Amino acid sequence: MAVQAAYEDYTGQVADAVDKFHGNQVVYIGWDQHMMFPFAAAFPLPPDMPFAALVKDLLPSVYAVHPDFASIDWSRASWLLDGEPFAPDPGKSIGANGIGHKSLLRLVTPGLNGIGDIGF
Amino acid sequence: MNEKMVFLALQDNEDARPIRESIEADNPLAVITQYPGVYKIDAPGRLVVNRASVEARIGRAWNPQDIHLTLVSLSGNIDETDDYFALERK
Amino acid sequence: MAQAKKMSLKEKYTVMTGDLAWDMSYQSEKEVFPLSDFEGIKIEDWSKWEDPFRLTMDAYWKYQGEKERKLYAVIDAFAQNNAHLGVSDARYINSLKIFLTAVTPLEYGAHRGFAMAGRAFPGVGAQVASQMQSIDELRHAQTQLHTISQYNKYFDGLHDPFHMFDRAWYLSVPKSYFEDALSAGPFEFVTAISFSFEYVLTNLLFMPFMSGAAYNGDMATVNFGFSAQSDESRHMTLGLEVIKFILEQHPDNLPIVQRWIDKYFWRGYRLLGIVGMMMDYMHPKRVMSWKEGWEMYFEQNGKALFDDLARYGITMPKFWEHSVEEKEHITHQLWLTFYSVGNAAGFHTWIPEDAELDWLSEKYPNTFDKYYRPRFEYLREQEQAGKRFYAGMLPQLCQVCQIPMVYTDPEKPTERVYRHSIHGADKYHFCSDGCKSVFDHEPEKYVQAWMPPHQIFQGNCGGPTIPDVLKYYHFGEHDGGEFLHSRDASNWNLWKGLAKDDEAA
Repeated sequence: MAVQAAYEDYTGQVADAVDKFHGNQVVYIGWDQHMMFPFAAAFPLPPDMPFAALVKDLLPSVYAVHPDFASIDWSRASWLLDGEPFAPDPGKSIGANGIGHKSLLRLVTPGLNGIGDIGF
Repeated sequence: MNEKMVFLALQDNEDARPIRESIEADNPLAVITQYPGVYKIDAPGRLVVNRASVEARIGRAWNPQDIHLTLVSLSGNIDETDDYFALERK
Repeated sequence: MAQAKKMSLKEKYTVMTGDLAWDMSYQSEKEVFPLSDFEGIKIEDWSKWEDPFRLTMDAYWKYQGEKERKLYAVIDAFAQNNAHLGVSDARYINSLKIFLTAVTPLEYGAHRGFAMAGRAFPGVGAQVASQMQSIDELRHAQTQLHTISQYNKYFDGLHDPFHMFDRAWYLSVPKSYFEDALSAGPFEFVTAISFSFEYVLTNLLFMPFMSGAAYNGDMATVNFGFSAQSDESRHMTLGLEVIKFILEQHPDNLPIVQRWIDKYFWRGYRLLGIVGMMMDYMHPKRVMSWKEGWEMYFEQNGKALFDDLARYGITMPKFWEHSVEEKEHITHQLWLTFYSVGNAAGFHTWIPEDAELDWLSEKYPNTFDKYYRPRFEYLREQEQAGKRFYAGMLPQLCQVCQIPMVYTDPEKPTERVYRHSIHGADKYHFCSDGCKSVFDHEPEKYVQAWMPPHQIFQGNCGGPTIPDVLKYYHFGEHDGGEFLHSRDASNWNLWKGLAKDDEAA
């Protein structure tokens, strides 16, 4: 729906258009059932970053502090991309995997439900 | 009670005391409750602050609009003249 | 010469307001009031506007002057007597840091907004009421600054509120809320602020801060609170009068007003979560829980109000049930969030003491012990082991309320709510159906939002590292982080003769 404005043809300048991020795109990454991290984290990432590097380098830098992280069975872990099941190809870049600007990636680790099994 | 309630809340200080006492005298159905720093006065249908009642207690002229100096909160439709300040809800 | 007869209240009000208004003779009404109808609100007869308080400017100045004299006498006495040492404990001061940086700039925003509304409305009654409120709000900004200035001499985090408000990541929450209303037309502005904020939700802002101040020995803030309260009564009355006037003027106004009520209820509710967090976590002596406050002031009081408005066709705000479903969760989630990113805040955070955890268990019987107490106990263990937890990550924010997306599904409290919309080439994310519905109605407005984490990534916030960004915010090295390790805490212990030998450095 259009904004009811005091002048015609009201349009909004998109403050977070991808061309404002100096070659990066924004990606949000959340780990389900691990609310020690209170929110999905935001990162500026180059679209040609290999997905494998996201898993191998980025995730530990953020999540290794959690006792569950070392126990993750990566063969059973699954992903959601913007709410839909997602099977990433680790050999491809995040862009080639279809992870677009301001996408939300969620890591799901069945059987690991945080400290005390209460999603923390 | 079928009537809709109104309320007035005044600061708990010396300026408000004669107003509160006037309300108590002039509004037999009003219920006055004390909270930290505040008196809340609830009444069914209508609550009135009469200028003459307050003047009799303070011994000088008083303008009903002076209630602004001690008012904390209120609920109801306002009816004001030179002689009274009232809250009403029908 | 015979002495002129004294005018009655009614006559004086008519002479000094309505009779001073102009009838345009050489410019059209439309040119003088260009913003009066673009919102689709139809006003047939401005003279039907009834100012509930028939306050004229001479009375206004007299009463406000009297209130100021009394207020500043107490502020002086407070300073002269070092009464800042009378607060319950130094943790309390952190709620004032939030107040000064998040609320005082909104008072200033209200000053501007009512000045704009006062200029924009064609009716003299609305103009005068708006102008008085504009001056009231400026008064509130000033008196809050003066009141809290005493604390600024002795505690960290109070030194640059307006600079911080325009930049800091969590302060974009109140800023975006208010600017949403300020950038709207005059009718939306008064519906948002006079009605939804100052009438429907005001008790949940003022009561916790002012009662909390009284319970925690903060005489300065109590003093300010009482001084402002009578102004607030006028504001509340204006808010109710505004909504009734608009609805009575034309039936076409109903759906527009209902949508504004829905929007600003939800946005105001999201904003007040931070006040709830303060009630439950930041006041050493607690007045009541957020849950109790919401039940009293919204579920009961608010419901009575909307029952009254039903005669106009107004219904309870959309998503109100959601606010009830969330009431046992949001404050814990928000405090845990600020704790976890406390190194990037301008105030201190801490784990509640055992007696406080017990209070929370009692007040939140359905959620606290199951979901939240274990978290605090774990975090406390980490702190005691010298590994005080900081998440070290920038948050995904909701595009509308700009709060980090921390909210969970009330039916499944370990699952976060994630909503999104696609507009143009981009995705936008929301914490709730309420925020998504606000976006979907006016997306062109919200695509412009200045979202702090994204602005940091764009290089607009002083540099890429957290220290760069904190410097950009004017957060000093002593402003954030763990309370136990803070300068405020060690100073407090020193001043109160409570110095502990085993204090953490």
